[in-house]
Amino acid sequence: MLAFTLRRAVQAIGVMFAVGIIAFSMFRFAGDPVNQIVSIDTSAAEREIVRKSLGLDDPVPVQFIRYFADAAQFKFGVSYQFRQPVSTLLMERMPATLELAICATVFAMVFGILMGVYSALRRDTILAKLFQAVSLIGISLPTFLIGILLIYLFAVTLGWLPSFGRGEVVKLGWWSTGLLTLSGLKALIMPSITLGLFQMTLIMRLVRAEMLEVLRTDYIRFARARGLTTRAIHFGHALKNTLIPVITVAGLQFGSVIAFSIITETVFQWPGMGLLFVQAVQNVDIPIMAAYLLMVSLIFVTINLVVDILYTVVDPRLRATVGRAT
Amino acid sequence: MTEPILSVRNLQVEFASRRGTLRAIDDVSFDIAKGEVLGVVGESGAGKSVTGLAVIGLIDPPGRIAGGEIRLAGLRIDNLPPEEMRRIRGKRIGMIFQDPLTSLNPLYRVGDQIVETIRTHLNLSESAARRRAIDLLAEVGIPAPDKRIDGYPHEFSGGMRQRVVIALAICAEPELIIADEPTTALDVSVQAQIISLIKRLGRDHGTAVMLVTHDMGVIAETSDRVAVMYAGRVAEIGPVQDVVRNPLHPYAKGLMGAIPTLAGDDKRLQQIPGSMPRLSAIPRGCSFNPRCAFAFDRCRVERPEPLPRGAQSVACHLYDDVPAESAA
Repeated sequence: MLAFTLRRAVQAIGVMFAVGIIAFSMFRFAGDPVNQIVSIDTSAAEREIVRKSLGLDDPVPVQFIRYFADAAQFKFGVSYQFRQPVSTLLMERMPATLELAICATVFAMVFGILMGVYSALRRDTILAKLFQAVSLIGISLPTFLIGILLIYLFAVTLGWLPSFGRGEVVKLGWWSTGLLTLSGLKALIMPSITLGLFQMTLIMRLVRAEMLEVLRTDYIRFARARGLTTRAIHFGHALKNTLIPVITVAGLQFGSVIAFSIITETVFQWPGMGLLFVQAVQNVDIPIMAAYLLMVSLIFVTINLVVDILYTVVDPRLRATVGRAT
Repeated sequence: MTEPILSVRNLQVEFASRRGTLRAIDDVSFDIAKGEVLGVVGESGAGKSVTGLAVIGLIDPPGRIAGGEIRLAGLRIDNLPPEEMRRIRGKRIGMIFQDPLTSLNPLYRVGDQIVETIRTHLNLSESAARRRAIDLLAEVGIPAPDKRIDGYPHEFSGGMRQRVVIALAICAEPELIIADEPTTALDVSVQAQIISLIKRLGRDHGTAVMLVTHDMGVIAETSDRVAVMYAGRVAEIGPVQDVVRNPLHPYAKGLMGAIPTLAGDDKRLQQIPGSMPRLSAIPRGCSFNPRCAFAFDRCRVERPEPLPRGAQSVACHLYDDVPAESAA
């Protein structure tokens, strides 16, 4: 088990190294960074001084190693547009994005599993068919459109919820949270639904399909022949088996929730990393773009690792295979 | 004779399909007495398993019990409300399925599955149920049951898993066990152990057993009586020695002729020509008539009803007119 975790961790570092090369090469392909920093009328001598002070005259491999070593300590250089360290900017924005992503995922999991189980167990009811129809909409409508429709309905027409921003936030050390104020919670509702709707429909459809599959298995038939209660069969035996693939998908989707939050954050002007990234793209702020790329891949890699480990916790058969393989 | 544990009368099971209703079980009747093992044999699709599922009340839509009645120790159980039938399943009727590899939930320890079943049916505390589970595992012949109880199903071999399945089936001391092909998925050497285990449990607890199989060897070894099924009907039923040594129905004769013997005469095994009709195309009259060497006009028109003949009962026109004494 330990060897398995270690092996996966080494693989993860390899992936991060590859991403680091890509992030680093962005600086070279987007023109001379010095031009981005200085103004048009800076003299050539002054440009050389800037170049030297940033270490841009060193050979490329040296620069790369320096970049990667810095990145490993969460130092991503200075933003061209804000003149502030990128890591400070990211840290400021990260709580907003993570809170949004977590709320969206919780929303997606809770409703996705409930609706999925219901539509598997009560397949022929009108409600189950309604869920199926809604899930089609959730899967096919683009995120920004759902966001705009929600804003139109609940912010513009009904005036119940704020159309943009995080509301009031409370500082807990460096972490700023909107979960402790009413306006913060209200501001969280629509972005979470917008961001989580796709995952919710995905999870619902997955749970429904898996549950129907599991209910046909021999051990469910045998559980019925043992006279267990319907509740024990559905929620003890069937649901637990259903959740194995759901954990994988939900876990892997958490990465894309963070990545896709770019769109939701733009629609709702949510002050998170996604919005920062969009602004960076508009202003060719390469240090932020590169850092964002590294952060998102770090999150993906970490989630993959956690999902792999969680798998073995839920499924005892994997524990044995993993043990044997190492 | 006292009242049989299981009494099935004129059972009919139908499956609704797009091309009309298919009758999988047609007019099946039999009894099983306390402590008796009834073997049910026949080809695939003859209705053996469906009969077992009908008795335990697990026929799922589109199937349904269309007629007849099933009594468990006098209590009619084929029309009970689902919740009452659930209480009987596992408590008064235990069932063993064919494939032990897929009968157990892979995510739960075997002990948890046994304890769960015990506590569903008996009013026992968690620790008392666990002690009982260990005793049960010991009884079905699992070594070191106090350790193995915390194992997961994948840590058990096929034969051991079938023992766990049997422990689950008997954990509430049922009066009747339905064993649906309990040895088909197992190695031959393990088969013998499982068969003798089922036999011993039936003897020790006075449990009636309905043993569904297509293996005549298993039947001959285990059963007290045997029912030969063909196309959803009982062709012949009787004490196992009589049916094996002196089968009456031409189909039963064919089946017995197809058993290889160790005695080693080099004769080719007999074969019944043709195959069983599909449910949608059961011939008129006796359903066996197209394959029967003795068929005559009446067989193609009129369906034979089961008639007693000594200790046996046979549904065949060959025995209609002949007085019982002169039968071979």
